[in-house]
Amino acid sequence: MNKQRQEKMAFAVLTVLMLIVVVPTLLIIGFIFVKGIGAINWGFLTEMPRKGMTEGGIFPAIVGTLYLVIGTIAFALPLGIGSAIYLTEYAKHGRLYRFIRLSILNLAGVPSVVYGLFGLGLFVLFLGFGSSILAGALTLGCLILPITITSSEEALKSVPRSYREASLALGATKWQTIYKVVLPHAMPGILTGAILGIGRAAGETAPILLTVAAFFLPRLPKSLFDQAMALPYHLYIISTQVPNMPEEVKYGTALVLLGIVSIFFAIANIVRFKFRKLSNL
Amino acid sequence: MSKISVKDLNLYYGDFQALKNINLNIEEKKVTALIGPSGCGKSTFLRTLNRMNDLIDGVKTEGYLHLEDQDIYRSDVDVVALRRRVGMVFQKPNPFPKSIYENVVYGPRRYGIKEKKQLDEIVERSLKEAALWDEAKDRLHKSALGLSGGQQQRLCIARALAMRPEVILMDEPTSALDPIATSKIEDLIETLKENYTIVIVTHSMQQAARISDKTAFFLMGEMIEFDDTSKIFTAPRDQRTEDYVTGRFG
Repeated sequence: MNKQRQEKMAFAVLTVLMLIVVVPTLLIIGFIFVKGIGAINWGFLTEMPRKGMTEGGIFPAIVGTLYLVIGTIAFALPLGIGSAIYLTEYAKHGRLYRFIRLSILNLAGVPSVVYGLFGLGLFVLFLGFGSSILAGALTLGCLILPITITSSEEALKSVPRSYREASLALGATKWQTIYKVVLPHAMPGILTGAILGIGRAAGETAPILLTVAAFFLPRLPKSLFDQAMALPYHLYIISTQVPNMPEEVKYGTALVLLGIVSIFFAIANIVRFKFRKLSNL
Repeated sequence: MSKISVKDLNLYYGDFQALKNINLNIEEKKVTALIGPSGCGKSTFLRTLNRMNDLIDGVKTEGYLHLEDQDIYRSDVDVVALRRRVGMVFQKPNPFPKSIYENVVYGPRRYGIKEKKQLDEIVERSLKEAALWDEAKDRLHKSALGLSGGQQQRLCIARALAMRPEVILMDEPTSALDPIATSKIEDLIETLKENYTIVIVTHSMQQAARISDKTAFFLMGEMIEFDDTSKIFTAPRDQRTEDYVTGRFG
């Protein structure tokens, strides 16, 4: 086969592979959208549920998910970025360093239900937080810590060494170099990783099942130590445990969860874009 | 008048000895060129002068290196302060992805200078000293990355000059530039030596012959010969120096 035909074939194969990934994704989103859009109205989003969830809205589940996401960010982001800075800029490359990195990589592969059990054991029971937003946020934070650390590390490593050298040669300290040159340049990458983590945390069911979620609470959570409703768990229950649940409500709930995650992704992309513009002037 | 005196300097990258018993005196307000074939240690030696080799894992430096009367390899030396006295310009221009203005004031800001008027003065002075003011004055707040290669290198020089160093180290500053940019920078070096001590590593013997007052020839980690530039190129004492400058190897 001559080179031109080879290239055309390769391109065709790659296009097919791309379609195999993209088309089902679009179909799933489209399916959920079509089946769920009917349920979406202002009431659905802002009212408390009534009549065993079959009427009213999913407001408390939305609020609960948002509280959890905020708590997760507050815990995992500073810790994750700080760890990444330490590992990239300060740590000596010895055996302990390699062990730490290996552990982080392994933790990224631990199933989320195991994190849930860990959270139950440590935060809910041992530390006595009980089933609470605090326990849930900390558990989800642990869940996304490995990805946050590794993607922040990658972003920091991608800053050219020449920038660091130039800064140090001008009589800046190491921390000044990190704070004024390395971090700003790595920010887009760090934020991307953070957003991916948050998107995952918002949609996880198993960890929150064991540490925070309740099926029905008559009032919105008022403190960190309260239980909360959350969208993933709520979706699971109404789809499997509640009889006579209208299809629209189920898909509507799924659509809302999808929407929230998409908004986070969109915010992240905007922030990334703004940072890129700022740092390159 | 000796600005930097080096005595019995040895440097090891792990087990490999990169610098062997270097003895050298860098004279004040002169241009000293370091020449030699690839891998001879001239860049490594240059980097000992502002302790940039400290950044590399596993490097061991032995011997004495005095900046005027201060031994800069003592363990209690403030390396950050040293690097304000001894500035460096690198082979590939490396301006920060910030504006021209922010690049030049980077050093002074880190040092603690905050007043805008002071910073503005530093920017104008440094860019003028680096022969970049006319080209840059109308675009100070635009990205430095929009400048040409030669302009970026002059910006890096301005950035180093903003700190008012006593010594400027240049590691093959023109090897990534076209001939016109190169000659602009060579002219610049001629004017800078009135106020600054300059040590320049160069791969080009013609460049060394053009702009330097003294030249040191390095080979395989040793400094073979150090003398007035004119002597090195017309009547070198060591055979190896003669072989190198006449192009028999290199």
